[in-house]
Parts: sequence; C-alpha cells; structure tokens
Amino acid sequence: MLLSEAISSGPEFFSLVPLVVFIPVVGLLINMLIGDRLYIWVGDRMAEKLIGIIASTAAGLAFLVAVLLGISLINHPQGDVIVLLDWISAGSFKVNWAFQVDTLSVTMMLTVAGVGTLIHIYSIGYMHEDVQHNGDPKRYKRFFIFMNLFIASMMVLVSADNYLMLFVGWEGVGLCSYLLIGFWYEKGKEGIGNSIAAKKAFITNRIGDFGMLLAIFIMFIAFGSVNFTDVFEQAPAVAAATPAILIAITILMLIGVTGKSAQIPLFVWLPDAMAGPTPVSALIHAATMVTAGVYLVTRSYVLYDLVPEAQAIVALVGAVTALFAATIATAQFDIKKILAYSTISQLGFMVAAVGMGAYAAGMYHLVAHAFFKALLFLGAGSVILGVEYGHHHAEHDERLKRELKKRREDKDFDPQDIRNMGGIRKTMKTTFWVYLIGALALAGIPPLVGFVSKDEILAEADNFNKTIFGIPFTDVVYILLTIAAFLTAFYIGRQLLYVFFGKSRTLAAEYSKENPLIVTIPLMILAFLSLMGGGLNLPRIHSFTHWLEHTLHHLHIGEFDIQVALISTALALIALTLAYFIYYRRYNAQRDLPTAERPDDPMRPILGPIFKVFENKYWVDEIYWTIFINPYVSLSKFLADVIDWRFWHDWFHDVLIVRGYNRFTTWLSTMFDLKVIDGFANWLAITTERFAAWLRRTETGYVRNYALSVFLGLVIILVYLLLR
Amino acid sequence: MVPIEYYLGLSAVLFTLGALGVLIRRNAIIIFMSIELMLNSANLLFVAFARLYESMSGQIFVFFVMAVAAAEVAVGLALIVAIFRTKQSIDVDEINMLKG
Repeated sequence: MLLSEAISSGPEFFSLVPLVVFIPVVGLLINMLIGDRLYIWVGDRMAEKLIGIIASTAAGLAFLVAVLLGISLINHPQGDVIVLLDWISAGSFKVNWAFQVDTLSVTMMLTVAGVGTLIHIYSIGYMHEDVQHNGDPKRYKRFFIFMNLFIASMMVLVSADNYLMLFVGWEGVGLCSYLLIGFWYEKGKEGIGNSIAAKKAFITNRIGDFGMLLAIFIMFIAFGSVNFTDVFEQAPAVAAATPAILIAITILMLIGVTGKSAQIPLFVWLPDAMAGPTPVSALIHAATMVTAGVYLVTRSYVLYDLVPEAQAIVALVGAVTALFAATIATAQFDIKKILAYSTISQLGFMVAAVGMGAYAAGMYHLVAHAFFKALLFLGAGSVILGVEYGHHHAEHDERLKRELKKRREDKDFDPQDIRNMGGIRKTMKTTFWVYLIGALALAGIPPLVGFVSKDEILAEADNFNKTIFGIPFTDVVYILLTIAAFLTAFYIGRQLLYVFFGKSRTLAAEYSKENPLIVTIPLMILAFLSLMGGGLNLPRIHSFTHWLEHTLHHLHIGEFDIQVALISTALALIALTLAYFIYYRRYNAQRDLPTAERPDDPMRPILGPIFKVFENKYWVDEIYWTIFINPYVSLSKFLADVIDWRFWHDWFHDVLIVRGYNRFTTWLSTMFDLKVIDGFANWLAITTERFAAWLRRTETGYVRNYALSVFLGLVIILVYLLLR
Repeated sequence: MVPIEYYLGLSAVLFTLGALGVLIRRNAIIIFMSIELMLNSANLLFVAFARLYESMSGQIFVFFVMAVAAAEVAVGLALIVAIFRTKQSIDVDEINMLKG
C-alpha cells in the first residue's frame, strides 16, 4: 500500500530531459579539452582509463536520467513536452527545440543509453588493445569523443518533439557513424579501404536523408508545421481530402528508413561499416543508430495507419530484406560481416512489424535486438582480440614462428575470418558462454528474449489479415519472415560451430586468450539481459505493449499463438541441428581430406552456384556499380571534362571571354584609344600650335608696332565712346 | 582773346606730330622727345581750358604732368644709357628681344 502510494504520487522528473543530451556533450567537451593534457599529467595508461571513465560516466548519467524519466512516466504516463528554446520562428512557422517525453521516446533513451554505457565500458578495454594494435595510441581520446557525440545525437533524435529536430539527430548520428567507420581512416584495403567504407555509408545515408528531407518539406507545405502533435492532429483531415500527400510523405520517409535502417535497396553500406572498431559496430551499426528508421515509422504511426498502401510497402520491404540478408549471412566468412547481414535481416523483421502496424512488436524486437546483437558484436570483438593475441603470441615464439611459416599463416592473417578460428570454446570460456546466449537469443530459442520478440512479430504477421492490391501481404510477410527466421538460426549455428567448436584451425586460434574483466563484464550484463529480457513482454501480460500504449494509441496487442510459436521454435531447432550436422559432423569428416579437395565450407559443394551467389552477396554492390555508380561517375567525368573543362573553361572562358575580351581591348586600344582619343588630343595640340605660330607673327619685337596697336586701340575706344 | 578752337587745333597738330614721331622714328631719344611733345599738347589743352573756365585745377594738373614727365625722362634716359652700353646703339628696332 505504501509502495503503491509512493509510486502513484511519485516525483516527476520530466524537466530533466535536456540532460540526456547535455551530459554526453559535457563528457565529450571535457575529453576534448583536457584529454591530451591527461597524458602528460598522469601517464599514458592512467590517461586512457580516465578518458574512458569520463566518457562512460557521461553515458551512464544519461542512462540514469532516462531511468528517472521512466520512473516519472509510471505515474504520469501521458508524458510531457519540455520546451528548451525557440529554434526557428518565421511567420506562422514555428519550431521549438523541445523534448518529447513519452513512453516511446524514453524506451529508446533507455536502450540507447543503457546499451551505450555498457559498450563505453567495454571500449575502455577493447580500444586499449585496438590503438596499440593499430599503432596510434593517441587516437584513444578521439574514439570516446565520437562515442559521446553519438549518444548525444541519438538522444536528440529520439527525444525530438518535431521532425526537424529529429532530423538534426538523424544527421548527427549519420555523421558519427561516418567518423567512426573511418576511425582508422588510413587503414584498410590499399590504405583507403576504411575511408571508402565511411564514404559509402555517408553517401548511401544521404540518399535516404534526401527522401526524409522531402518528406519534411511536404509536411511543412501540407500541414504548415513539423511538430508531431500538429501533424498528427491534422493528418486524418488531410488524408481524407488529398490522400496523395500522405502517401508521398510516408513513402519518402520510407526511403529515409531504408537508408538509416539498412533496408533494400540502401542496405549496402552496413556490411562495409564493419570497417569501424567493433564497439562501434555493436553500438551504432547494430544496437541503436540503425534502429532509428524503425523508431521513425513507429513515431509516425498516425501517418502510416492512414495509408495502408504505404504500410504494405514498408512491411514487404522489411520482410524481403529480412530473407535476403539472411541468405547472404549463411555464406560469409568474416565474423563481423555475418553479424552485419544478420543485423540487416533483424532490422527487416522490425520494419516488417511496424509496416504491418505491429508497432509494439517492432519496438520490442528493437530493444531485444539491441541486447543480443550488441552482445554478439562485442563477443565477436572479444574473439577477435583473443585471436589477435594468439597470433601475436605465435609470432614472438621461436618454435611457433617456424610452425607459422610452415602453415603459411605468417602473412595476411585475418583475425576476423571464421575459417581461421575453431575450438575457441576452450580458450575463451566466458566469451563462449555469453556468445552462446546471444546466438540462441538471435536464433529464437525459448525462453530467451529473441524468441519472445520474434515470435510476437510472426504472430502478428499471422494474425493480421490485411490485403492491399488484392494481395494478402501479411501472409506473404509471414512466410518470408518464417523462412528468414529459419535461416537466422542456421547461419548463427554455422558461425558458432565455426568459431567455437571443433579443433583450432590456426595457431592464432589455438593460442587465443580470454580478455580482462572490463571487456567481459559488459558482455555478461548483456547476456543477462538477453536471457531475461523476455520477461519485459511476456505473452498474455504484455507489460511492454501496455507501456507503449500510453503513447501509441489503439495498439494491437499481439495474441500469443501457440501454433506460430511451435513452428518457429521447431524451425529454429531444426536449423541448429542442420547446422550441427553440416558444420560439425560433415566438417570433421572432411578434415582428413587433402587441403586441395577439402572445401572451406561444407555447403559450398552442396549448394554449388547458389552458394557462390550468397557468398558474393548477390553481386548487389557490383550491380549498383554497373547501374548507378559507373554511369554516374562517367556522367560526372563527362560533365567535368567535356562540359566544365572543355566547354566552360576551354571554350566559353578561354575562347569566348578571354580571347574575345582581348580582341575587344585590342580594338579599343588601337582603334578607339589611339585613333579617337589620342587623335583628338593631338589635333587639339597641333591646332593650338598652328594658331600660336600664326599669332606669333604679330609679335614683331618692334616697339613701334606695339605702340601702334596701343594707339589704334585707344582710337577705337575713343571712337566707340564718342559714337555711342 | 584767342578762341579755344585755335588751341584745340594746335594741340591736335602737336599730338599727331608726337604720335607719328613715336610710331615712325627709330632713335630712342627722338621717340622720347615725341612723347614729351604729346604730353605738352595735352598740357596746352589743360591750360587753355583752365583759362576758359577760370578754374585752377587744370593748371595744377599741368604741374603734376610736368613733374611726372621730368621723372620719366630721368628714368628713360637712364634706361637709354644702359641700353646703349650693352648694344652700342639706341635704335629701337634692334631692341626686339620681346619678339615671340
């Protein structure tokens, strides 16, 4: 009684909301201003720790504020809008820098800051190794500044109360993503590989942002406001009058979503984004930033609910992406690339869910995915560190060095290639167990969080009977997602078996070593969340759905469907078993074959050319190069060489303007200046001279002549006076 | 009493002679004398009219003219002497340095 009273009259912390943005900003400013001096004051190792602690504390405090907001929302679930300042005020158009506090935004804040804090802590340990390994320890500071900047931008994105402020955060996280993918900008293929990956991410996102911007412009024209509340209030009337406007807005927004959340056709940047340090992949390219698109659709649910056609397109894009990326993930060998395609696939699940109108299911999968995908990425980072350590160890041991040479592992060793791993279960026990939990959560094994969230999406897809253009698209979505779920379990089982089971395939894997606690503790916390997160939204209780219901009205509460759950669980188990048979039994059976005959992947001979298609990612990059980028580059070259250089520069500028001007001035100087101006001046001079010469003849020098003129003058004057 | 017309006629003749002398003669001294002749023709008229109108101002004016003429002669003769010393001549046609 006391407790419930305390809760019902509990405190309200809504006015604290600007702090979720400002605390990370303060954190990055501190690191920016004193980071370099710390190295002088307290020494290298201590400075790194302090920088990491400052950044992590900033993220942690932001999380604390989010928790306080969450507590306040329990008593005041309607939330509030905290206006910080007037941002834009032009005529009747007015945009505030205002923070929206409601269950949806606070859910995002908790996820971003919570997972973000754990990844910050993990990075303290990880980046220490990473900067040493890459040979620039002073870049440690920069990493944490970017990370805090990312948290701040993401907070702006999720806490905005209007689309324009959301767009600021949207661009901010894109910038941070670019900066962090290119963190080792001088590394990578041919020394520019990472820069190219960063550029690719940025440009691909810009295409999406373009759609997003157009959506905001149309919104401004149609509604005269970009405020969530205003837009949603007017939306039904506008939809009734001119439905085309809402279709345009929602579809253009979808383009933004496909860019940020890596959906077909703009997903190509995400796998390349793995060039960034692993914590970045975990935080930005798996757990938080890429979910911005899902958040955007959920936030704009009023608009999407009014346009079933757009919903169908969103759902289909998500479902197709889910399946498409899952197939690619089955044939990748880079441990992070597999997870990247898995992320695209899981984002597809979320987008499909919000597209079907199952916003709670989508958001719940977003949170769940943040837990287990961050866990998997950080686990992968831990594995990479361990394998790098093993390789380093082998290189510096005389006996092992010879063995390395014999096995030809000394050159071009890739610590991210799962073919170079195996048997790590024994050397990195903690990492193995947490990774296993993450993998099972991803595969959707009950009762882990992935099962609950994914099953809710599948159940919604099965239950919804929406038909657009005569196609029961929810059924299509259900089938696509079920196949994708099956493949998900398969590829993650494959990865698990490749990395952790069997015998070590390289010395590096054999001598890999478990990481210190600073790396493994965040993993354990995330593993705990992945294990228990299912409790957030248990079937029939739906606490998470009810929580979101305060913001998203008329939410559909997904009914737990035992048939769907059984099918998906059975499929996941079958997939895992299949993976076991192929990648454990068959793989081990083939171990004794000579190297030349032994396939690197047992599926390669089974699937044949299809495996090749998967391995090469359907040649999407190549297709984009051929269809878009090469013609575009040719067009730019044409524009630059022919239009700009030859036409504008060589012809228009050099010939037409410069030569024409030269000719004109030559004509002016010879014809006009010399002939007319000079001619007049010379004529004046000559005439004066001649006149003077003629006049000079009067000056005889004879006094009497002068006297005569005086006399004559006198006479004339007198005559004049007399005759007047 | 001699009528004024006679004075006028005489004065005109004298003045014309003086002017012609200045314009025609080349000897500087003759020119000087011609100038004096013109001055005196004027003086004659002053005096004649002073007598006619019984006013003293004309006569007084004549005295001034004489004084100025005397001073002029002093300066003029000095100039002529200086010119003669450089040119060995007082022919005004040879003094033509003002020629343009």
